[in-house]
Amino acid sequence: MSNIPEDLKYTKTHEWIQVQDDYTGICGITDHAQEMLTDIVFVELPEVGIEVKAGEQVAVVESVKAVSDVYAPVSGRIVEVNKTLEDSPDLLNSDPYGKGWIFKIDIKDKHELDELMDASAYAEHVASGD
Amino acid sequence: MQTIFSLHKKGRNKYTVPQFGAESYVPIPQHLCRAQLNLADVSEVDVVRHYRKLSSLNFGVDNGMYPLGSCTMKYNPKINDVVASLPQFTRQHPATIEELSQGSLHIMYSMQEMLCAITGMKQFTLMPAAGAHGELSSVMIIKKYFEEKGEKRNIILIPDSAHGTNPASVAMCGFTVKEIPSNSDGDVDIEALRAALDDNVAAMMLTCPNTLGLFDRNIITIAEILRSKGALFYCDGANLNAIVGKVRPADLGFDIMHVNLHKTFSTPHGGGGPGSGPIGVIEKLIPFMPVPVIAKKDNQYFLDYDRPQSIGRVHSYYGNFLVMLRAYTYIVMLGASGLKQVAEHAVVNANYLRVKLQKHFNLPYKRICMHEFVINDEGMPHGITTNEIAKRLLDHGFHAPTVYFPLIVHGAMMIEPTETEHKDTLDAFVDTMVAIKSEAHSHPELLKAAPHTTPVRKVDAVLAARKPVLQWEE
Amino acid sequence: MSFLPNSDEDIRLMCKEIGVNSVEELFIDIPTTVKNPDIQLPSPLSEQEALHSIQHTGSMNKQVCSLVGGGIYNHYVPAIVDHLSSRSEFYTAYTPYQPEVSQGTLAAIFEFQTYMCRLTGMDIANASMYDGATALAEAVLMAVRTTRKNKVLCSATVHPHYRQVLATYAWASDVSLEIVPYKNGTTDYNELSHKMNDTIACVIVQSPNFFGVIEDIEKAVSIAHEHKALCITTFTEAMSLGLLKSPGECGADIACGEGQSFGNYPANGGPLLGILSCKKEFMRTIPGRLIGKTVDEEGRECYVMTLQTREQHIRRERATSNICTNEGLCALRATIYLSLVGNRLYELARTNHAAASYCVEKLVDLGYECVFDAPFFNEFVIKFNNAKDIRHKLMENGFALGIPLEEYYPELSDCLLIAATECTTKDDIDTLVKLLQTI
Repeated sequence: MSNIPEDLKYTKTHEWIQVQDDYTGICGITDHAQEMLTDIVFVELPEVGIEVKAGEQVAVVESVKAVSDVYAPVSGRIVEVNKTLEDSPDLLNSDPYGKGWIFKIDIKDKHELDELMDASAYAEHVASGD
Repeated sequence: MQTIFSLHKKGRNKYTVPQFGAESYVPIPQHLCRAQLNLADVSEVDVVRHYRKLSSLNFGVDNGMYPLGSCTMKYNPKINDVVASLPQFTRQHPATIEELSQGSLHIMYSMQEMLCAITGMKQFTLMPAAGAHGELSSVMIIKKYFEEKGEKRNIILIPDSAHGTNPASVAMCGFTVKEIPSNSDGDVDIEALRAALDDNVAAMMLTCPNTLGLFDRNIITIAEILRSKGALFYCDGANLNAIVGKVRPADLGFDIMHVNLHKTFSTPHGGGGPGSGPIGVIEKLIPFMPVPVIAKKDNQYFLDYDRPQSIGRVHSYYGNFLVMLRAYTYIVMLGASGLKQVAEHAVVNANYLRVKLQKHFNLPYKRICMHEFVINDEGMPHGITTNEIAKRLLDHGFHAPTVYFPLIVHGAMMIEPTETEHKDTLDAFVDTMVAIKSEAHSHPELLKAAPHTTPVRKVDAVLAARKPVLQWEE
Repeated sequence: MSFLPNSDEDIRLMCKEIGVNSVEELFIDIPTTVKNPDIQLPSPLSEQEALHSIQHTGSMNKQVCSLVGGGIYNHYVPAIVDHLSSRSEFYTAYTPYQPEVSQGTLAAIFEFQTYMCRLTGMDIANASMYDGATALAEAVLMAVRTTRKNKVLCSATVHPHYRQVLATYAWASDVSLEIVPYKNGTTDYNELSHKMNDTIACVIVQSPNFFGVIEDIEKAVSIAHEHKALCITTFTEAMSLGLLKSPGECGADIACGEGQSFGNYPANGGPLLGILSCKKEFMRTIPGRLIGKTVDEEGRECYVMTLQTREQHIRRERATSNICTNEGLCALRATIYLSLVGNRLYELARTNHAAASYCVEKLVDLGYECVFDAPFFNEFVIKFNNAKDIRHKLMENGFALGIPLEEYYPELSDCLLIAATECTTKDDIDTLVKLLQTI
């Protein structure tokens, strides 16, 4: 049973976003995602400063047996990346919603947030096996 | 485990280098020279003992059954190695091949002809050094063919069951991969193929028989569909062992193919090569073959570079000659009748294992298989996985089958016994698999902790990936 | 000859178990119109007949005293190399996907990677590529991926076959390749500087180059790095690494080339041994297999294939390369060779250079011109009047004197590229000289 915090928003591709008051979003991958990937060995972080569109691939997460793309939940500019993941990729497994955050994005269009799922919708999505 | 570097000790190395015996050594400017070398200095007896010991930690076909699906781990005849160590061949230099190695050219030319006879293709080149290299060269030929025709086609169709080298080769030549699903029978979904096919499609790549070990029942239709749109049909010949002598890929409608000498044609796998991946083509693709082409005129062999439409060179010389030599020896010993029997026995062996194992394991595709078949871990007690079954097999003196491939079967285990195992070995394999299934019921913890009796137990692959150490350090 | 262990009775019993009346029923899915064709091959032979026949074919090959290099070298292969690499646990094994039963292969290739790093001065070396030419092509693709630029500058002194293979790969992947001319036997560094700009992904030089001349790699490195391009160095004569400054020490980013000189036979050009090594920052973009050190669950030091997510079986069309089978056994042979020779490789390299120096001296004494006045390792270019004719006559008298350069460098017609190794004795050269005097 994977952990799905109530206060976050989710994508179909298993990313989460926590929206701050100033409309920056902290993003990462969900507990379900890290469970599927198993032990993560490497994270290819996005470049700080780049502009991305919602659904665009921004990062790559590697485990021993698989590679997974991470997509931007919303459009905007990448303002910060979590450099500690370079030495400790395991944080994505142990604390996917906390210390395992991947990047911070300056949200361009807050209406895009409405297209994301809330916790219960995401729980259904995971249960349906997509 | 010791590496050779831990055996290093100054003064132990007594290797004698011949002295040239003349005073005309022209000094090389100091700034171009290295200050020192830091290799290991070890006595010869230690070198021999070290590598002998390392070899004992390995499992090869000569140790036991190696049912690795899609790899065709058949017995490697030792006479092939005797031939490949004859100094008349090993000493010859490639640059003087036309003048001094007409014998070697005869071997290569004959090999090309024999592969044409076996596959129905009109011209073969032996240059690619591995199957993937053959695939890449073939995709280059496809690219060149359409370039010369003035047609812009940039998609290649690949079934979802394809080996990873297929899409990788396609991407290396700037094409886009479009995946075609397989249907529930394990054949290519014809309707999906029709829908995906347009004037932008250059070719389709298909392994024949496919990576599920099944012979696609619509293969002639697939060939016709592709031809109707002017697309080419490539055969990944990795599984040729199932059909060699029984059917020629060209007769099925394939235009271009590669074969693996280190699979079907008995040359050893070497722990990761050297292999050889010759490619064959139908008439209209001959102009695009890589150079040089080995040709014959007035009973003399020569290298033909006069090929204006060729894709160019793909290897520094002519390919892995000693590997070809081994395969050549194999083919001349077996002849057409022998090769046909290879396929027949390989297919009997695989079907025998299939019917015996399907009583105990889930068999996704319930039809006659070719030289290999796929089972998976569905329904295994206590959630025992394919990986755990594979590791437990290692405890019993068998190499594990191929696991987690093809990707379209969850938890796949692909079993290919080959024709060089006999019934008693197959029965022992079945007994072991049944015993493992029984252990899954009663002692799942034994399986989860397997392997137990191998030289090392489960290795920490996560550590190796998180903190890569790729060379020996003090 | 047959290697089929099943008797007719075995087959009959198995067919019964399967539920078919004949073996042929198992081939039901093959269309009848094309099944069981008449394949025209020579009649099968016994092992003994096959050996005899092939030995006869082998006798059509002529053995001579060979002073031919040009990318493949005649070096002595010590007895233990064949002996140890013929152990069937090594050569009948597959790729080490099950590390628990493949520690022999894995440890040996880990040692190979270590040797390659120590010789090239790089941080990382992979488990091998097909040959030096394809290693170079893949090194270029690596540089293109890393820099995201797709223009490449390659010296004209890089082996012509390597440049041709590179041209093929470049055409296939839309990379633009420009050749930088040579001057006085080495890369024209002024021209290189001139052609250099910010759109170039990498610069390629070879040392010793195709003419046998030792290049100034540091110059190439500084020109490349000034424009944020990578410097790739290649080599065809691995023996030179025993004596010359390593590419790593010179500042190169990627060092690649041919390892045949270490324990593998010339064998008409294959199997060969591609070497690809690089600085640690390129670890995730280097193609090919990588063996890493780790521990097993009982804490024992062991080895495993690592960073496999770069490779084709996982990344598929986004893999760093499509390479799967490489030249594993040839790498094992090189490892055994280097373990035996050890630091005596330095002396061995010196013997190579001594033989070449003596050969040059004697040919110059006869009045022939050593074309390039530049430092060389074990290969050099000599100008003859009527090179083709002399070479042909010498061949009839048991000597293969080098490679005519005309077909690769038309301006060097009447020049031969000659190699000498530790297998070339003083007597060989003296005999050659006497022959040349009589021709």
